[in-house]
Amino acid sequence: MKKDILKHELVPDHVILSESEVTKVLKKIEAHAEQLPKINSDDPVAKSIGAKAGDVLEITRKSATAGKFITYRLVQD
Amino acid sequence: MTGILKKISQINFGLMSPEDIRKMSVTKIVTPDTYDEDGYPIENGLMDPRLGVIDPSLKCRTCGSKGGDCQGHFGSINLARPVIHVGFADTIHKILRSTCNTCGRILLTESEIFDYREKFKNLIKNEESLTKIIKEVYTVARRDKCPHCEEEQEEVKIDKPVSMVEGNYKLTASEVRERLELIPDSDALILGVNAEKSKDGQQVARPEWMVLTVLPVPPVTVRPSITLETGERSEDDLTHKLVDILRINQRLKENMEAGAPQLIVEDLWELLQYHVTTYFDNEASGVPPARHRSGRPLKTLAQRLKGKEGRFRSNLSGKRVNFSARTVISPDPNISINEVGVPKIIATEVTVPVKITEWNLEEMKGYILNGSNLHPGANYVIRPDGRKIRIYDEIKETVAENLEKNFNEYTGEGSYVVERHLKDGDIVLFNRQPSLHRMSMMAHEVRVLPYKTFRLNLCVCPPYNADFDGDEMNMHIFQTEESRAEAKSLMRVQEHILSPRFGGPIIGGIHDHISGAYLLTRESAIFNEDQVFQILRKSNLPIPDKTGEKWTGKQIFSEVLPKDLNMVYTAEICRKCDECLKKECKNDAYVVIEDGKLLTGVMDEKAYGAFSGKILDHIVKEYGTDSAREFLDASTKLAVSGIMKAGFTTSTNDEEIPQEAKERIEVHLDHAEKKVDLLVEAYDNNELEALPGRSLEETLEMRIMQVLGEARDKSGEIAESYFDINENHAVIMALTGARGSMLNLTQITACVGQQSVRGGRIDRGYSERTLPHFQKRELGAKARGFVHSSYKKGLDPIEFFFHAMGGREGLVDTAIRTAQSGYMQRRLVNALQDLSVKEDGTVTDNRGVIIQTMYGEDGVDPAKSDYGKVVDLDKLVDEMRIKSEK
Ligand SMILES: [Mg+2]
Ligand SMILES: [Zn+2]
Ligand SMILES: [Zn+2]
Ligand SMILES: [Zn+2]
Repeated sequence: MKKDILKHELVPDHVILSESEVTKVLKKIEAHAEQLPKINSDDPVAKSIGAKAGDVLEITRKSATAGKFITYRLVQD
Repeated sequence: MTGILKKISQINFGLMSPEDIRKMSVTKIVTPDTYDEDGYPIENGLMDPRLGVIDPSLKCRTCGSKGGDCQGHFGSINLARPVIHVGFADTIHKILRSTCNTCGRILLTESEIFDYREKFKNLIKNEESLTKIIKEVYTVARRDKCPHCEEEQEEVKIDKPVSMVEGNYKLTASEVRERLELIPDSDALILGVNAEKSKDGQQVARPEWMVLTVLPVPPVTVRPSITLETGERSEDDLTHKLVDILRINQRLKENMEAGAPQLIVEDLWELLQYHVTTYFDNEASGVPPARHRSGRPLKTLAQRLKGKEGRFRSNLSGKRVNFSARTVISPDPNISINEVGVPKIIATEVTVPVKITEWNLEEMKGYILNGSNLHPGANYVIRPDGRKIRIYDEIKETVAENLEKNFNEYTGEGSYVVERHLKDGDIVLFNRQPSLHRMSMMAHEVRVLPYKTFRLNLCVCPPYNADFDGDEMNMHIFQTEESRAEAKSLMRVQEHILSPRFGGPIIGGIHDHISGAYLLTRESAIFNEDQVFQILRKSNLPIPDKTGEKWTGKQIFSEVLPKDLNMVYTAEICRKCDECLKKECKNDAYVVIEDGKLLTGVMDEKAYGAFSGKILDHIVKEYGTDSAREFLDASTKLAVSGIMKAGFTTSTNDEEIPQEAKERIEVHLDHAEKKVDLLVEAYDNNELEALPGRSLEETLEMRIMQVLGEARDKSGEIAESYFDINENHAVIMALTGARGSMLNLTQITACVGQQSVRGGRIDRGYSERTLPHFQKRELGAKARGFVHSSYKKGLDPIEFFFHAMGGREGLVDTAIRTAQSGYMQRRLVNALQDLSVKEDGTVTDNRGVIIQTMYGEDGVDPAKSDYGKVVDLDKLVDEMRIKSEK
């Protein structure tokens, strides 16, 4: 039986951002997409949400210091 | 910064072709002479001005920049005869051995060549190492007969370092070069030489380029000459070697042109080969090293790079600096935490550069007139053209006069600089190794003091982890205004009272500061006015008007507290009574401060100690670092005065208890040991019940450890009950947190307790027993390392041995731990050193790649936080309640 890894408590929420959202985010953090941390397109989470190379994922993690923390990763091959 | 700057796709390493060397050369070097009679460099000599300039007042004839900016330019020597490069002698030998002596093809059949070429292609495509396969080619490609032209092959041997011998005939370098020229580009690749032409016809390497026909001459910046004090010029070793090469090269050329006998030409050629070989490597095996006139072997190219003193290990991995000092440290409780005491002898040696302006000219002249030996003096004057003038006592008056005159007339760029002695108030960097955290390097203000040690305030011992058993520390003098300003705002000691590790104070009172504050503020401390004024005077505090009343110590300490301070906390000496009586605590452990008045409670480690000082912590966070420094300076001085008024000493008398107490302890320990025997008996009779998840043996061990642990604690408690904090200074130190622990005292007084190796009772040594004094498989308390005696009474030989075992393990553990954590730290630092936090809180590496979109995810600087949090809400609520109650 295959389990849905997205439901595992240690897997934070990954969301594919739309193009306009990406522009907004990059403007906010004053960065180029290439400067974001990377995630492989064959990463289990990237695969299961159907992310393709060039997409930017918004990741909402639990944080020991801030409670909730939002970060971004660029999908790459 | 947006976007990626540029990506390096590849770096090619190759050989330099004679054309490359000629192209890069700005001049041919022909004459072995360096300077003419007037001291000017000779054209086409080794010091040809086109090779670049060092003197900042001269302009380079090649690139036009000033000396210091010009990085120098290569020249070249046309060798009369080719010479083998020592660094490639081995490779040349291997290639000659693997190629045909007539047609130059590799000694492999066509099918073998095809196979290897395929293998090479694959490895290059996968970016894998070629060294292994090249080695294989060298062993396979050795045949008696060439597969291409059928010519017989003779074995080529190498006669170290550079002679190639075929059979009995020694090949000349020219012959070697001709053979290498014959090798086709496609065969060269399989031999490990990338001779393939790129699209633009460029080649990275050709085998024959390993035999030199042109020698590059490094610029003078690489081999500067030094002018000795006598005015004599002393040339660099490389220059000496190049002179040798030029001389022989010239003689060889002349002899060849004059048609000299073959024998003479060959001798000279051999000599040229020797000089070029030692020019590259003066420690090459098989050649006697070239020596200086004094007999010292010359330091040539390879020697500059190789080994511990070489460029890599000495200059690139490790760096040395000027304007620094190192000496033993010793304590000085009278200077501020921000200060460092600098011995006068050091202050007159290391200097601060000061630009001369019309406003400081008189002051600087004063320093120059003091000379370089009298303390606030100066050592050098630097003119705008970069010339440095040392100030000697004989010339100091002239220097000062000239300086004033020249300064007033000077209108050009740059300025006159005086390197003056270090004086009180200068900011310096102070450091103690190992520099494990940022508090290991802090900025201090100088106090020039007599004697020969650096003096530091005791409160800064914890961040440096320093003590005074011979520790040495380093001091660095800032050389620019920017660095001084930056250090003053970022690196000053007072800015580092809070540690970024846990957001609490790391600088604070230690040892006698704690005992002293306790003696001063305990209930029984009452002083008359004279004593109080003495104490206040010593601590540089304002003296109040006389009233004739007696003072309590708490009133005295209140003098250093901010006037609007309100705090409530339990002191370190709190014995954790079952029900806290708060203000009525009989230990006086409940501290209440109202409007800057200490009402109840004593001052101890929890007040202003390093790592746990609550008042100190509160003052840094609420009143700022200036107030915190003032508080720390004043309160520690107060504590020292307090301890000096009361007197403080300790001896083994402090660990003495009455006979009756000793008997009670003895009874307890005997009882516990009996209990252990009973447990062992129960185990032997299989009556012991195993704890859940444990074997019978584990259960027994755990029960025994528990019984013996309790026995030691209980014996300690008995001893403790006879200690009186009002009389016993050792107990004062232990309870206030000044030094030592209650366990230390009870181990001295009552019972040392169980010794352990690897976290359990001792079970190693002889077969099935720890020592021959016991039965095999004996499990009793003593047989497994329980030390019944106290340190004061003394250990018997068996106990002593077990104690040594436990002690040894402790030592080994710390040694291993430091080595492991040191390497861990190194890897962490290497990974993190280039990260930086931008203004908006994002953390990026040096390429601009984002590591975190917000520093620490919450953007909090832990050194400015309240124990890691932005605010402590509970504390805030408490404070508001106190305020509203009033
Ligand atoms: Mg030491
Ligand atoms: Zn130049
Ligand atoms: Zn051949
Ligand atoms: Zn209490």
